[in-house]
Amino acid sequence: MTTRIVELRRGILKKNDELAAGLRDRFTSAGVLVLNLVSSPGTGKTAFLELTLRNLRSRGAKAAALVGDLETDNDARRLAASGAPVRQINTHGICHLDAEMVTKHLEGWEGVSLAGLEYLFIENVGNLVCPSSYDLGERIRVALLSVTEGEDKPLKYPGLFNSSDAAVITKIDLAEPCGFDRELALRNISEIRPGIRIFETSAKTGVGMEDWLAYLAEQARPA
Amino acid sequence: MHELSIAASIVEAVTESAAAYPGARVIAVRLRVGALASVVEDSLKFCWELASEGSPIAGAALVINKLPVILHCESCNADSEIDGVQSFRCPHCNELATDLRQGRELEIESIELEEPENGDAPSTAPDPLRNQEVREQI
Repeated sequence: MTTRIVELRRGILKKNDELAAGLRDRFTSAGVLVLNLVSSPGTGKTAFLELTLRNLRSRGAKAAALVGDLETDNDARRLAASGAPVRQINTHGICHLDAEMVTKHLEGWEGVSLAGLEYLFIENVGNLVCPSSYDLGERIRVALLSVTEGEDKPLKYPGLFNSSDAAVITKIDLAEPCGFDRELALRNISEIRPGIRIFETSAKTGVGMEDWLAYLAEQARPA
Repeated sequence: MHELSIAASIVEAVTESAAAYPGARVIAVRLRVGALASVVEDSLKFCWELASEGSPIAGAALVINKLPVILHCESCNADSEIDGVQSFRCPHCNELATDLRQGRELEIESIELEEPENGDAPSTAPDPLRNQEVREQI
């Protein structure tokens, strides 16, 4: 018997990465800004996205959303109340979205064409670990954390925060009753991802939304 | 818990590559996994057993080579390995740094094959892996 070592040097998620690169090309040529929203379950992604969609629509911007969950279309129904086109992706047990699921759900989406959109939001499955490995072709990855989750969340999940382009702190209206240490949270985020844009928001009071919407408009503008 | 999906992707990729060496048995698969790859080693090893069972590469060992984060510092121009992943500061000048030179890898580095001595692996047929670096070992 002889032993042979074959060097492969191949990305394990190569198939996903290739599909995501194809999606990114499509999004770029259609001129749509795509954002991938990632957080733990219960951070308030859906409430934040619902308010974002309402605000964008009231300004005449064309926005749509794909929403990932293990089961149920509850979130899609909540988001659809904003008037924006919304499509649910049920992963049936898989803890993250991947580029193939996004590709499939862009097909046959009634009344929606990428070229007709300015913004496409992809709400990932609630999970701070697995989605960080899967590129969905987004231009902006957004990590969200709520004031109830603790200031050290970025330190516990550096894989996600380090690979994100923007961070959104949600439920800021609860900061005081929760004893949320704002300075510490901001410092922890910046230690993991120096220079990241941070937004402090509340979907209940609407605080912080103006800054967030200004950021979206700035990012959507062709370079 | 995406380690099962990752293990399944490895089985698929390795089975595909090993098909170029008929008669050979895959005895080990070596990975390069960065500290920021969000992969739990024990969980991946457990899933590996499940994912490879019943496949053409069942029984192959999974060897995980963990890679620390290496940061490039814009301020002092040094590339340094950092301890842990809780703070992205240059160990030399203490400035925050964003330029990662290593740490997100999630790769199959190599596979180790066992081949019969006078194996009938086709030597005349075109080798689909001919562009890859191949080392022979006794």
